[in-house]
Amino acid sequence: MRRAGTLVGVGLLAATLVTACGGDASDGKTRITVGMFGNFGYQQLFEEYEKAHPDIDITDRTASYSDHHKNLAAHLATNNGAADIEAIDSGYINQFKATPDRFVQLPDDLKDRWLDWKWEASLSKDGKQIGYGTDIGGLAICYRRDLLEAAGLPAEREAVSAMWPDWESFMAKGREFQARAPQGTKWFDGGPSLLNAIVGQAPTGYYDKDDKIVVGENADIRKGWDLVAQGVADGLSAGLLYSTPQWNTGFKQSQFATVICPAWQMAKIKDQAPDTAGKWDLAAVPGGGGNWGGSYLTVPKQGKNTDKALALAEWLTAPEQQAKVFASNNLLPSTNKALSEQSVGQYTDPFFNNAPVGAVFTAAARALKPQYQGPKAGDVQTELGNAMQRVEQGKQSAAESWEQFVGDAKKLEG
Amino acid sequence: MTGLNWRERRHRWDTRYAPYAYIAPYFLLFSVFGLFPLLYTAWVSMQDRNLLDGDAATFIGLDNYVQLLTADPYFWNAMGNTLSLWLLTTVPQILFALGIAQLLNRRLRGRTFFRMGVLLPNITSVAAVTIIFAQLFGRDFGLVNWGLELFGAGRVDWQAGTGSSHTAIAAMVVWRWTGYHALIFLASMQAIPSTVYEAARLDGANAWQQFWRITVPMLRPQIIFSTVIATAGNMRLLAEPLLFNPGAAAATGGSDRQFQTAALYLYEQGFAKFDFGYASAIAWLLLIATIAITGLSYLAARRIRTD
Repeated sequence: MRRAGTLVGVGLLAATLVTACGGDASDGKTRITVGMFGNFGYQQLFEEYEKAHPDIDITDRTASYSDHHKNLAAHLATNNGAADIEAIDSGYINQFKATPDRFVQLPDDLKDRWLDWKWEASLSKDGKQIGYGTDIGGLAICYRRDLLEAAGLPAEREAVSAMWPDWESFMAKGREFQARAPQGTKWFDGGPSLLNAIVGQAPTGYYDKDDKIVVGENADIRKGWDLVAQGVADGLSAGLLYSTPQWNTGFKQSQFATVICPAWQMAKIKDQAPDTAGKWDLAAVPGGGGNWGGSYLTVPKQGKNTDKALALAEWLTAPEQQAKVFASNNLLPSTNKALSEQSVGQYTDPFFNNAPVGAVFTAAARALKPQYQGPKAGDVQTELGNAMQRVEQGKQSAAESWEQFVGDAKKLEG
Repeated sequence: MTGLNWRERRHRWDTRYAPYAYIAPYFLLFSVFGLFPLLYTAWVSMQDRNLLDGDAATFIGLDNYVQLLTADPYFWNAMGNTLSLWLLTTVPQILFALGIAQLLNRRLRGRTFFRMGVLLPNITSVAAVTIIFAQLFGRDFGLVNWGLELFGAGRVDWQAGTGSSHTAIAAMVVWRWTGYHALIFLASMQAIPSTVYEAARLDGANAWQQFWRITVPMLRPQIIFSTVIATAGNMRLLAEPLLFNPGAAAATGGSDRQFQTAALYLYEQGFAKFDFGYASAIAWLLLIATIAITGLSYLAARRIRTD
């Protein structure tokens, strides 16, 4: 309780400070704040925009993934302190689009810019658009050429893609790999992230179209669960939890040979293990298609300069800018035009042994059949990840853990 | 009252009521930042309310409390973890602090340096401390496991187990707060008159006996204070368990909620699931539990003998 009191106090204080800084800068410029998580690759774009609009001054704030979204929730709840433009990840967009009135409703005259499913995913139930799409995830597998070679497996990307057409063969190759793998190296990074990719490919995910949670009945999820749990039992998993410091260290220490690669993952690998440049390569994901992640730019209604913020958000998510961000930070565009740009489609990356990154991901983006995400899809995903981690940590059997997961997921419907 | 002139009357008023004016700012601030949130939270706790959508809230009376107390095993799990961490942090904190204070109370070279030094952990950022400790307690490349292996013991997956994760989190709390309590104890140790020790020495009491029979009983008020502070602090333990398990699932406190404290459960319900009403009910139950446990630890600390 004292905590709640303190929280409110700190919140008020922070809100006052932010309000004091917001709005008009002293030099007569309009200050637009942009709240982000991770690296959106926007720094150069901000400078470019400021040059073209001398009356605008852009300030960015960046926090970690979960801090950013939780702060945003608090700012929206208190109707104070949000940035003029706030980024929202696809894992959270459903929760926020449930209260569209907190956001400026975006005009739909630009609708045709985006892939259909990207536009629809940020549309509220009553048809209000709250966010312009930035990037999408797409799926591929990043793998270490040197480690595969060391275990006597083919390392050329066509051969690699061909050796795992589906997840069963991916696991079978993993067992082959593990038998001859270098000491301390496992086949994949961790069960939860692998399972997440498999779930992302299924036609139906955690929810059916009526917002009913159907994980208990969904045969695709169960099949993926059994497959990954078997892989874990066979010792193919490094047991690292996605996006933790331990996982980051895993890249440097070569603890795993393959990792699920949405486009944004490539920048993470480059950041974490610059020394492994050239050792990585990119192959198709087993089972084809699928999506993980991607973001939106929203304009909270509480901002003072919503018109100018809207103009900036529109510009940042335009095809030309998305193509630039793909070249600088590998974030895969979500607009039709950017996806057909030559600079995107023909992009190759030396860090990944000159893999045709652009071609792989634009093909993945075009082939993608979007999965319907219910209101608490992010929370169900958390529970599923925890469930797989329990198996990985040896705390429960796969059957026990599944049972508990189904119960946890049911509760979320409550 | 007829015999008093106005000057005397004013003086009487002054001495009687002025103190209230002096302490008024505190109560004013308290009612704005303490009492109001407290009551507002009580009001919210009786609603079914989405964090972002206050207008759509519905009044449901005590349903949230009933749900928490009778049908939510994860709440009880979080309470159990909080209690376990309370024992694992409060007791060692007080004992270590007593020992350190005793050592610092001697004549040593650079005394001020050491005395200030014990406070250093306390002024470092809790986030930084936690992140570093999480590295130390890492499964594959952590320093603690490296040390364990050096001595022939096996590696421990610190985050995975209940006992092991509680130990790691307790280590962070104890490391951070022991120095703070040690300084409080040290200050009062220096107020104990040396004649008491001289008399004890004449009676043949050794150093150990002097410590347990004189120092500790004389420190009783400070020990009670420290216990209460440590208990209250522990009941709202949030940052340590939250940052011990980073990544998207941080708020669940481990794969099986093995180190999810009550405050972390509150955070999960309020800020991950946006269930503002439910989170407020947890806040109130936590307040009640804090009062109860603080009372218990007060009674326990009071049992220190003063003969």
